[in-house]
Amino acid sequence: MSLLEVRGLEVAFENEEGEDLVVVDGVDLSLKPGQTLGLVGESGCGKSVSALSLLRLLPQPTGKILNGSILWKGNDLLNMSTDEIRSIRGKEIGMIFQEPMNALNPAHTIGRQVDEVYITHQGLDRGQARVHTLKMLQKVGIPEPSIRANEYPHQLSGGMRQRIVIAIALACEPDLIIADEPTTALDVTIQAQVLQLMSELQEQSGASLLLITHDLGVVAQTCDEVAVMYAGRIVERAPMHRLFEFPQHAYTKGLLASIPSLTGPVQTKLPVIQGMIPALADLNSGCRFASRSPHFHEQEWLEVRAPLVEVEENHWVEDCPACGRLNNQSSI
Amino acid sequence: MEELLKISQLKVHFPVKGGIWMRPVATCKAVDGVSLKVAKGETLGLVGESGCGKSTLARTVVGLNVPTAGEIFLDGQKLGDFGGKLGKENRKRVQMVFQDPAESLNARHNVGQILEEPLVIHQIGDSCQRTARVKELLNLVGLPENAGSRYPFEFSGGQRQRIGIARALALSPEILVLDEPVSALDLSIRSQVLNLLLELKNRLGLTCLFIAHDLSVVRHLSDRIAVMYLGKVIEIASAEELINNPLHAYTRSLIDAIPQPNPQVRGKFSALSGEVPSPINPPPGCAFGYRVGSPSYAKSIGQILALKEYSPGHFVQECPCCMI
Repeated sequence: MSLLEVRGLEVAFENEEGEDLVVVDGVDLSLKPGQTLGLVGESGCGKSVSALSLLRLLPQPTGKILNGSILWKGNDLLNMSTDEIRSIRGKEIGMIFQEPMNALNPAHTIGRQVDEVYITHQGLDRGQARVHTLKMLQKVGIPEPSIRANEYPHQLSGGMRQRIVIAIALACEPDLIIADEPTTALDVTIQAQVLQLMSELQEQSGASLLLITHDLGVVAQTCDEVAVMYAGRIVERAPMHRLFEFPQHAYTKGLLASIPSLTGPVQTKLPVIQGMIPALADLNSGCRFASRSPHFHEQEWLEVRAPLVEVEENHWVEDCPACGRLNNQSSI
Repeated sequence: MEELLKISQLKVHFPVKGGIWMRPVATCKAVDGVSLKVAKGETLGLVGESGCGKSTLARTVVGLNVPTAGEIFLDGQKLGDFGGKLGKENRKRVQMVFQDPAESLNARHNVGQILEEPLVIHQIGDSCQRTARVKELLNLVGLPENAGSRYPFEFSGGQRQRIGIARALALSPEILVLDEPVSALDLSIRSQVLNLLLELKNRLGLTCLFIAHDLSVVRHLSDRIAVMYLGKVIEIASAEELINNPLHAYTRSLIDAIPQPNPQVRGKFSALSGEVPSPINPPPGCAFGYRVGSPSYAKSIGQILALKEYSPGHFVQECPCCMI
């Protein structure tokens, strides 16, 4: 059984004229216990908004969930009261944000910020909470936790701050961790440390991980399954190995081809995806990659959305006749 | 090979102010004795973690920071002084592209004005010629000619970076300093800009100093790569040699820390322990040995760690604890 099952999620933001701009358009996701799912896409494709909607943390009053269901252990998060959802946030689902400096309160010591999780969710008093906090800080690799706990976020380096955010997210041993670009703001060496720490802790606790990232390298190193998002929709979803070996959608293929690697040819032109991501206001209802795709699209394909089809076990792709699975032979 | 840019024993130190009178209480040694040579038409990549001094070095080369000691030569001519008439001539020859295109373009000027400004400052051509040059520049970086009358906010990130590149090229510089030019860009846009840079470099015969933290991007564009750590260059070699045969332990760990977009090499990436020591209070010996707690770190204290040529063109800092 899946731990989290998202069906037909549709999220919109209201613009100044009161119109709804749909940012996430019919997204399906499912996560099994212990699994790591990577959600990949470029900025503005709706991956962070999808993650925020899972915890109902969309900016108010402009952000709204129009449609769909988010089943958490069988219960729909969208029908829960504010109190119920608050008891899930931080306890059953932990969240790690991109920029640790913005995720931490600069006016409180880091110890107090970790304590808060135990006090809120486990009803401990300050003294008991601090005992757990120090253990947790130790676990995420903070040297001298009892001294560090009394320091403020600005006194720590970026990598250390991200460790604190991880400590907060994992304090109650959640069943699901949502990590939104957890290492994008970090140096490559620190990124490796944080990724290793996350996978160690995940292994210990058996939690599932929803990892949002734009870095295909991170995906290849950490995920079991990958979903590729483009302009608000998931265009391809596959087990990690299959996605890299056997990409189906023109966008996925283009992305994989365009990253310089440590082993490829140098000083040659990289294959590129032409053009740029379409603006939210001019999204069509059919294939959204059409304007950048190297393949010809019939008018009909631009107007009618193609369903996701399963091309091999557990490997789903948006079935656009031009960009989807039918273009296997041709290359970009 | 004819060397165009020569940096010799360059030091850039910043005072750290403190106390109620804000007096200098310490020195931050951002760049601490760097010597580099860049040949004409060559691209030198500069990699390192944040805080290692690579941006400070770049800014010093274009004259945005004043060197504390050491010299920069351009074509054998000293470039240290950017003031006065001669300085103005020098600045024309070295131009820079910044990391964040949104912050480095004047939001109140349209693109035409942004591209024309360097020409106005250096009094090149009359207004007609300058307009023609602006069009030429827009063409060169692949923007439509009508872009000149639009404002930076009307463009996407990738297009803004193209404007930044066009502005740097306005004065036909000999050296282009690129400080993380693609780090702020989206994945599918990044390769477009990298291709543009590659094309411009070949077409205009530019000499480039290419700074980035992403080793795979640097490798793609550079002829040689220099690795910086805590204000010092610790290894220089040709791009292929450096990646395939690193001699310094830090270079090795930088390469190993990159998550490869290839599931076949999964599990091979490894993390380096510790963090970069502070340049305000650097350790007495080898800064990298200190970080990883190398058993032979003590041997490096008090030694002068100099670059040594191990094989032709492959220089590495000779240090008792970090050699592979």
